[in-house]
Amino acid sequence: MSTLSTAISHLLHRPSSPTDIFAPVSTPAKSIFDLSLFVLGITGGIFVIVAALLAYSAIRFRKRKSDNGGEPAQVYGSLQVELAWTLTPVLISVVLFLATARVIFQTQHPTPPPGAIEVTVIGHQFWWEYRYPGLKVVTANELHVPVSDPAHPTPTFLNLYSADTDHSWWVPRLAGKTDLIPNHPNSMWIDPHETGLYLGQCAQYCGTQHAKMLLRVYVQSPEDFASWVQEQRQTAQTAPSDGTASEGRKIFESVACINCHTVAGTPANGRFGPDLTHLMSRETIASGVALNTRENLRRWIENPNTLKPGCLMPSMGLNNQQLDAVTAYLVSLR
Amino acid sequence: MYCLIAAEAAIFVILIVAYLFYIGKSLSGPTPAILHVPVLFTVCLLSSSLTIHAAVKALSRGNDRAFGFWLLVTIVLGAIFLVGTAFEWRHLIHDEGLTIQTNLFGTTYYTLVGLHAFHVTVGLLALAAVSIFGFFGRVGKADAPRVDVLSLYWHFVDVVWVVVFTVVYGIGR
Amino acid sequence: MSIISVNLPRTQPAIPIVDKLHQWVITVDHKRLGLMYIFYALSFLVFGGIEATIMRIQLIRPHNDFVSPQVFNQMFTMHGTTMIFFAAMPLVFGFANYLVPLMIGARDMAFPRLNAFSFWLTALGGILLYFSVIGGYGLYGAGNAPDVGWFAYAPLTARTFSPGHSTDFWTLSLLVSGFGSIGTAINIIATVLCMRCPGMTLGRMPLLVWLNLTMAGLVILAVSPLTAAQIMLLVDRYLGGHFFDTQAGGSAVVWMHFFWVFGHPEVYVLVIPAFAFVSEIIPVFSRKAIFGYPVMVAATVAIGFISVSVWAHHMFTVGMTSFGNTFFVLSTMAIAVPTGIKIFNWLATMWGGKIHFRAPMLFCLAFLFQFLTAGLTGIMLSSAPFNWQLSNSYFVVAHFHYVIVGAILFALFGAFYYWFPKASGRMYSERLAKLHFWLFIIGFHLTFDFMHVPGILGMPRRIYTYEPGRGWDAWNLIVTIGVLFQAAGILAFVGNLLWSYFQGKTAGSDPWDAWTLEWSTHSPPPEYNFETVPVVKSRRPLWDIKHPEDPDWKYE
Repeated sequence: MSTLSTAISHLLHRPSSPTDIFAPVSTPAKSIFDLSLFVLGITGGIFVIVAALLAYSAIRFRKRKSDNGGEPAQVYGSLQVELAWTLTPVLISVVLFLATARVIFQTQHPTPPPGAIEVTVIGHQFWWEYRYPGLKVVTANELHVPVSDPAHPTPTFLNLYSADTDHSWWVPRLAGKTDLIPNHPNSMWIDPHETGLYLGQCAQYCGTQHAKMLLRVYVQSPEDFASWVQEQRQTAQTAPSDGTASEGRKIFESVACINCHTVAGTPANGRFGPDLTHLMSRETIASGVALNTRENLRRWIENPNTLKPGCLMPSMGLNNQQLDAVTAYLVSLR
Repeated sequence: MYCLIAAEAAIFVILIVAYLFYIGKSLSGPTPAILHVPVLFTVCLLSSSLTIHAAVKALSRGNDRAFGFWLLVTIVLGAIFLVGTAFEWRHLIHDEGLTIQTNLFGTTYYTLVGLHAFHVTVGLLALAAVSIFGFFGRVGKADAPRVDVLSLYWHFVDVVWVVVFTVVYGIGR
Repeated sequence: MSIISVNLPRTQPAIPIVDKLHQWVITVDHKRLGLMYIFYALSFLVFGGIEATIMRIQLIRPHNDFVSPQVFNQMFTMHGTTMIFFAAMPLVFGFANYLVPLMIGARDMAFPRLNAFSFWLTALGGILLYFSVIGGYGLYGAGNAPDVGWFAYAPLTARTFSPGHSTDFWTLSLLVSGFGSIGTAINIIATVLCMRCPGMTLGRMPLLVWLNLTMAGLVILAVSPLTAAQIMLLVDRYLGGHFFDTQAGGSAVVWMHFFWVFGHPEVYVLVIPAFAFVSEIIPVFSRKAIFGYPVMVAATVAIGFISVSVWAHHMFTVGMTSFGNTFFVLSTMAIAVPTGIKIFNWLATMWGGKIHFRAPMLFCLAFLFQFLTAGLTGIMLSSAPFNWQLSNSYFVVAHFHYVIVGAILFALFGAFYYWFPKASGRMYSERLAKLHFWLFIIGFHLTFDFMHVPGILGMPRRIYTYEPGRGWDAWNLIVTIGVLFQAAGILAFVGNLLWSYFQGKTAGSDPWDAWTLEWSTHSPPPEYNFETVPVVKSRRPLWDIKHPEDPDWKYE
């Protein structure tokens, strides 16, 4: 069964869609894919048979022009036929149910094996907070996980929380979605078998910018992951005595930025917005909305609503000089 | 009327489920331990079911005066229940500091008991209207089936109270 | 009882328009109220369609800026709320109101004044919802219709996250129209149980009456949980309560449970009347009695019962226990069985018949294929792990529109054409009807067949725009194009109704050579419905009259 599904998976895999649920690279997504083939097979078969019968009866029993005008034989029912078409669906349902139940119990709530990474995911309007308690790493919006070798699995377990409304973590090629609901912790796991970047987005309507709460998961080799972790654990690089950046730091720490953002090793320790300690290690900003370039950063700080109208970061009303300075400071946060 | 009762019962079921679910989940504030069991008022309300039954029976026998009398007793008993609820709430708000905003217990308690009291009020208004019509001699033997239908509503309100009472003052404490 | 085809001569002087309108406003006649429900619903169907069109234009390509995110979020909220509560439900109640008394040989509904009251409550609800557009005064200042989605999940609906009054308009309008729905349901049940004509036992009622009875029972059980949940939401928003306040220990999941305890039976409230129409139309146009009447009744009642136990299949991703998930998989798959049986019964009714492809039958045929497909995608969704991928994606949107448009609306179109001659006394234009059919079915399939694909490719719902490079672009384009055809189809439909009302040929009382009681009276029926109270001996009283040598009561 699983070789067949791997074959079909390769057949169906359209590289043009990075979020195709039929191109799984992780066990939960794969179990779902296998089950879905079974379900599709059965429902497809039912469709073909019943639709053919419907089409046949519509054509075969149409009133012909040559018809003499009498009424056809009135048949009110038939016990045998009705019994048959009651029992068959019952049997099919039982089979489907058992196959489904098996996958449910297989996938939900396994105990994390020794090599597992644990990540605390906190959903916010409209960004993702990631904390690795065991590795002492805090980051935002771009999740890094190690690739998992099926022979020696190193899965990542995600514990899902929410700081405000309902969200849902959905990266189709890695797993089915699980919701992040305040006061209702959930958990899920992934064990991607191939390195690469996997995309997804929030899948539970959470407010104005729900559409732009994008997910980026970087699956790395164990070495790359380890060096990423090392970098992330450092406190912020102190801004060089280069005038603009240190001036920017002064503005950052005196205007309200530090109320929402954290920069490790500085007075900034707010948690309402993403941790910026290693901002420049990320490829995108605003939860995937724009590439992390100097220009975009500057536009973002000037008025976040130009990039993400309705997001919760206010424009601080900085003038051009201040904007240049703060941007220079942020660009120094590697 | 049975359909209306079914619909109303469904509303109460949901509120009772909410109440049961939230037992013990308040993060702070007063707990159900502060509730005093309202025995007297419950007895009044439940006996009003008996009195309204007597009223309907009297009416169906054509005994208008007995009907008027028992109906009045029913209304008085229902009113005592409402007044008792009011006093209970006053005590809870002023002495125990429990309002609908205080915590989950406050929210669920006042909503559930309050919705029931609202239904009692509506019932009392209807009974009062019938009583007034009866006082002016407009209610006769032929109206007995209709008053019987109204009494179904009143019995329903009592049954709901039995359930609410058990859940709030029995299970919840 | 005779079947006569008579145009009543006008014996009264012409009535001024003001008085005519006044008569409609104060009417308690079930036929007029039924028509008022239907016209009301058709207007809101158009509003809902406009909201959908706006969304589809915005989604025609990625990063489009036809409307702002705030407006888009209001669009999908209003579209869902409008279509379910102020288009589909009034249509269903309107047809029930019109047809049930006629089909059981009664003079009116059991409680005519309650009937009128229920209609006006529903009407008020719709107006209240749309008043939010000017009165909502929310934070964003953008028209302020509610923007929390039609199922209004907590805690998004809390004061903190939805300041202003837009959510309150949502809550109150549904609360008010909910009371109207319960009133109508009580009326239907009382009418069916108490006012059938002599000889019409429960086992001789037309299937439409059985199905509307089941629907009414479901309304009673299902609307009340929504009412209760909305009371709790209002307590939270206005009295500082904590039912859904997660910061105080309240639970967002509890809202979901309460909402879906309403929400799932609600969709059966909508689809069971669609079954009813199809169960009346297919036999007449196949010239055969419905196959397996007793089983059809049993299956419907079974669907009604099981439907209150499946609700959490909307919550598979919420993090219920494996046992919880498994239970709801089981109950959902169980409901597929009686539903599938009905499809087979309709098929067997056509089998061996002589099928006439008039407009009502065309729509019912399309219904059969489309409902089959919708049911099968439903089975896919009922498999919880598969659901973990598909839920909250465009696959689900495609599935439920397949049911609501592909099955329910198509059956409604069939019903419109079937009973239009009865209600108006005129025949509709068959050519325009076929034009409507083909335009609409092309549009329907362009939109909703291809809508499944973005769901499979990972596109969530309720997003005002999407990223390029995910493979969704071309599909969204096709989906939007289908809207044009559907709109054209609706235009043909409305045009047909209007033109036929004024210019159509006289229909007579029984243009379809049908078998149920409504065809024995004039077209349109007089206010009192029947000149003499009908007496029936079988399920098809007019068949007995037309075929005295081979009446139904010999076989029942």
